[in-house]
Amino acid sequence: MRRSLAVLLGIVGGMLAGAAFLRRQAAQRDHADLYFEDGSMLSLTNGSPGAERLLPLAREILGKARGT
Amino acid sequence: MDAQQALADLTEISSQIQAAVVFDDKGKVTGSTLADPGRSAELVQAASELLSTAEGLKSGNSVLTQLEVATREGSVFVVRDGPTSIVATTGGNPTVGLVLYDLKSALRSINAKPAPARKPAARKKTAAASKKKTAARKPTTRKKPDAP
Repeated sequence: MRRSLAVLLGIVGGMLAGAAFLRRQAAQRDHADLYFEDGSMLSLTNGSPGAERLLPLAREILGKARGT
Repeated sequence: MDAQQALADLTEISSQIQAAVVFDDKGKVTGSTLADPGRSAELVQAASELLSTAEGLKSGNSVLTQLEVATREGSVFVVRDGPTSIVATTGGNPTVGLVLYDLKSALRSINAKPAPARKPAARKKTAAASKKKTAARKPTTRKKPDAP
Protein backbone atom coordinates (compact mmCIF):
# COMPACT_ATOMS: atom_id res chain seq x y z
CA MET A 1 0.00 0.00 0.00
CA ARG A 2 2.72 2.41 1.09
CA ARG A 3 4.86 1.38 -1.86
CA SER A 4 2.13 2.00 -4.43
CA LEU A 5 1.44 5.41 -2.88
CA ALA A 6 5.14 6.32 -3.21
CA VAL A 7 5.12 5.22 -6.85
CA LEU A 8 1.99 7.29 -7.54
CA LEU A 9 3.53 10.36 -5.84
CA GLY A 10 6.70 9.86 -7.88
CA ILE A 11 4.75 9.73 -11.13
CA VAL A 12 2.75 12.86 -10.27
CA GLY A 13 5.89 14.70 -9.18
CA GLY A 14 7.67 13.73 -12.40
CA MET A 15 4.75 14.93 -14.49
CA LEU A 16 4.67 18.28 -12.68
CA ALA A 17 8.43 18.75 -13.07
CA GLY A 18 8.20 17.86 -16.77
CA ALA A 19 5.36 20.32 -17.32
CA ALA A 20 7.28 23.08 -15.55
CA PHE A 21 10.39 22.34 -17.63
CA LEU A 22 8.46 22.42 -20.91
CA ARG A 23 6.72 25.66 -19.93
CA ARG A 24 10.04 27.27 -19.04
CA GLN A 25 11.62 26.09 -22.29
CA ALA A 26 8.72 27.53 -24.32
CA ALA A 27 8.92 30.83 -22.47
CA GLN A 28 12.66 31.10 -23.09
CA ARG A 29 12.23 30.34 -26.79
CA ASP A 30 10.38 33.59 -27.45
CA HIS A 31 12.86 36.42 -27.05
CA ALA A 32 14.39 39.42 -28.82
CA ASP A 33 18.09 40.27 -28.91
CA LEU A 34 19.12 43.76 -30.03
CA TYR A 35 22.75 44.46 -30.97
CA PHE A 36 24.14 47.99 -31.04
CA GLU A 37 27.05 49.61 -32.86
CA ASP A 38 29.08 50.13 -29.67
CA GLY A 39 29.04 46.37 -29.01
CA SER A 40 26.30 46.43 -26.39
CA MET A 41 23.39 44.00 -26.53
CA LEU A 42 19.90 44.12 -25.10
CA SER A 43 18.11 40.83 -24.53
CA LEU A 44 14.35 40.93 -24.01
CA THR A 45 12.66 37.78 -22.81
CA ASN A 46 9.06 36.82 -23.27
CA GLY A 47 6.86 38.78 -20.90
CA SER A 48 8.94 41.95 -20.86
CA PRO A 49 7.19 45.06 -22.29
CA GLY A 50 9.76 45.43 -25.09
CA ALA A 51 9.46 41.82 -26.22
CA GLU A 52 5.68 42.02 -26.20
CA ARG A 53 5.90 44.82 -28.77
CA LEU A 54 8.48 43.06 -30.96
CA LEU A 55 7.14 39.49 -30.93
CA PRO A 56 3.82 40.23 -32.72
CA LEU A 57 5.72 42.14 -35.44
CA ALA A 58 8.12 39.20 -35.86
CA ARG A 59 5.16 36.80 -36.15
CA GLU A 60 3.65 39.08 -38.78
CA ILE A 61 6.94 39.02 -40.76
CA LEU A 62 7.14 35.22 -40.51
CA GLY A 63 3.57 34.93 -41.72
CA LYS A 64 4.23 37.26 -44.67
CA ALA A 65 7.42 35.43 -45.61
CA ARG A 66 5.61 32.10 -45.62
CA GLY A 67 2.59 33.52 -47.41
CA THR A 68 0.12 32.64 -44.68
CA MET B 1 27.65 43.35 -56.07
CA ASP B 2 24.02 43.33 -57.17
CA ALA B 3 21.58 42.74 -54.25
CA GLN B 4 19.80 39.94 -56.10
CA GLN B 5 23.10 38.16 -56.78
CA ALA B 6 24.14 38.60 -53.13
CA LEU B 7 20.83 37.03 -52.01
CA ALA B 8 21.31 34.11 -54.41
CA ASP B 9 24.77 33.52 -52.90
CA LEU B 10 23.35 33.88 -49.38
CA THR B 11 20.61 31.28 -49.83
CA GLU B 12 23.13 28.95 -51.45
CA ILE B 13 25.52 29.29 -48.48
CA SER B 14 22.97 29.29 -45.65
CA SER B 15 20.35 26.57 -45.73
CA GLN B 16 18.79 28.00 -42.56
CA ILE B 17 17.56 31.17 -44.27
CA GLN B 18 14.07 30.65 -45.66
CA ALA B 19 13.41 34.15 -47.05
CA ALA B 20 15.45 37.36 -47.28
CA VAL B 21 14.77 40.85 -48.60
CA VAL B 22 17.26 43.70 -49.06
CA PHE B 23 15.96 47.25 -48.75
CA ASP B 24 17.25 50.80 -48.43
CA ASP B 25 16.60 53.45 -45.76
CA LYS B 26 13.57 54.69 -47.73
CA GLY B 27 11.97 51.25 -47.66
CA LYS B 28 12.64 50.49 -51.32
CA VAL B 29 13.16 46.79 -52.08
CA THR B 30 16.46 46.25 -53.90
CA GLY B 31 16.50 42.45 -53.84
CA SER B 32 14.30 39.61 -52.65
CA THR B 33 14.16 35.84 -52.54
CA LEU B 34 10.36 36.04 -52.68
CA ALA B 35 8.77 35.75 -56.10
CA ASP B 36 5.90 38.13 -55.29
CA PRO B 37 7.05 41.80 -55.21
CA GLY B 38 3.95 42.80 -53.23
CA ARG B 39 4.81 40.37 -50.47
CA SER B 40 8.41 41.66 -50.41
CA ALA B 41 7.14 45.22 -49.97
CA GLU B 42 4.83 44.12 -47.13
CA LEU B 43 7.73 42.29 -45.48
CA VAL B 44 9.93 45.39 -45.71
CA GLN B 45 7.17 47.56 -44.24
CA ALA B 46 6.84 45.18 -41.27
CA ALA B 47 10.64 44.99 -40.90
CA SER B 48 10.91 48.79 -40.88
CA GLU B 49 8.24 48.89 -38.17
CA LEU B 50 10.19 46.25 -36.21
CA LEU B 51 13.37 48.32 -36.53
CA SER B 52 11.72 51.54 -35.42
CA THR B 53 10.07 49.78 -32.46
CA ALA B 54 13.44 48.27 -31.47
CA GLU B 55 15.10 51.70 -31.84
CA GLY B 56 12.56 53.04 -29.37
CA LEU B 57 13.61 50.47 -26.77
CA LYS B 58 17.29 51.44 -26.61
CA SER B 59 18.54 53.48 -23.70
CA GLY B 60 21.85 54.87 -25.02
CA ASN B 61 22.83 56.82 -28.12
CA SER B 62 24.36 53.89 -29.98
CA VAL B 63 22.85 52.87 -33.31
CA LEU B 64 20.99 49.58 -33.59
CA THR B 65 22.87 47.47 -36.13
CA GLN B 66 21.22 44.06 -35.90
CA LEU B 67 18.39 42.26 -34.16
CA GLU B 68 17.03 38.79 -33.76
CA VAL B 69 13.49 38.03 -32.64
CA ALA B 70 12.90 34.35 -31.91
CA THR B 71 9.44 32.83 -31.72
CA ARG B 72 8.15 29.27 -31.65
CA GLU B 73 7.30 29.54 -35.36
CA GLY B 74 10.77 30.74 -36.37
CA SER B 75 13.19 33.65 -36.10
CA VAL B 76 13.40 37.05 -37.76
CA PHE B 77 16.76 38.75 -38.33
CA VAL B 78 17.35 42.33 -39.41
CA VAL B 79 20.89 43.58 -40.12
CA ARG B 80 21.73 47.16 -41.05
CA ASP B 81 24.86 48.46 -42.77
CA GLY B 82 24.63 52.16 -43.56
CA PRO B 83 21.60 52.87 -45.72
CA THR B 84 21.15 49.21 -46.68
CA SER B 85 19.32 46.66 -44.53
CA ILE B 86 18.45 43.02 -44.89
CA VAL B 87 15.57 41.14 -43.26
CA ALA B 88 15.64 37.36 -43.16
CA THR B 89 13.48 34.61 -41.71
CA THR B 90 14.55 31.17 -40.51
CA GLY B 91 12.92 28.14 -38.94
CA GLY B 92 13.00 27.42 -35.21
CA ASN B 93 16.29 27.27 -33.28
CA PRO B 94 18.67 28.65 -35.92
CA THR B 95 22.44 29.01 -35.38
CA VAL B 96 22.19 32.71 -34.55
CA GLY B 97 25.88 33.61 -34.91
CA LEU B 98 26.17 31.90 -38.25
CA VAL B 99 23.02 33.48 -39.68
CA LEU B 100 24.10 36.96 -38.54
CA TYR B 101 27.56 36.42 -40.02
CA ASP B 102 26.10 35.35 -43.38
CA LEU B 103 23.71 38.32 -43.44
CA LYS B 104 26.52 40.77 -42.62
CA SER B 105 28.72 39.25 -45.33
CA ALA B 106 25.89 39.58 -47.87
CA LEU B 107 25.35 43.24 -46.92
CA ARG B 108 29.08 43.93 -47.10
CA SER B 109 29.25 42.45 -50.59
CA ILE B 110 26.31 44.63 -51.69
CA ASN B 111 27.84 47.80 -50.26
CA ALA B 112 31.37 47.04 -51.45
CA LYS B 113 32.59 49.51 -54.06
CA PRO B 114 33.81 47.96 -57.30
CA ALA B 115 37.58 47.70 -57.57
CA PRO B 116 39.16 50.59 -59.51
CA ALA B 117 39.94 49.85 -63.14
CA ARG B 118 43.49 48.69 -63.85
CA LYS B 119 45.84 51.04 -65.57
CA PRO B 120 46.20 50.24 -69.23
CA ALA B 121 49.06 47.92 -70.07
CA ALA B 122 50.38 50.40 -72.65
CA ARG B 123 51.54 52.70 -69.85
CA LYS B 124 53.65 49.96 -68.38
CA LYS B 125 55.27 49.44 -71.75
CA THR B 126 56.00 53.14 -72.00
CA ALA B 127 57.59 53.11 -68.60
CA ALA B 128 59.72 50.15 -69.57
CA ALA B 129 60.65 51.78 -72.84
CA SER B 130 61.63 55.01 -71.10
CA LYS B 131 63.81 52.99 -68.73
CA LYS B 132 65.48 51.41 -71.68
CA LYS B 133 65.96 54.83 -73.23
CA THR B 134 67.46 56.14 -70.04
CA ALA B 135 69.75 53.19 -69.94
CA ALA B 136 70.73 53.79 -73.55
CA ARG B 137 71.46 57.44 -72.87
CA LYS B 138 73.77 56.61 -70.04
CA PRO B 139 77.27 57.55 -71.04
CA THR B 140 79.54 54.59 -71.38
CA THR B 141 82.45 54.60 -69.10
CA ARG B 142 85.66 54.82 -70.89
CA LYS B 143 88.82 53.45 -69.60
CA LYS B 144 91.37 56.07 -69.16
CA PRO B 145 94.50 55.31 -71.02
CA ASP B 146 97.22 54.30 -68.65
CA ALA B 147 99.49 57.13 -67.80
CA PRO B 148 102.96 56.78 -69.15
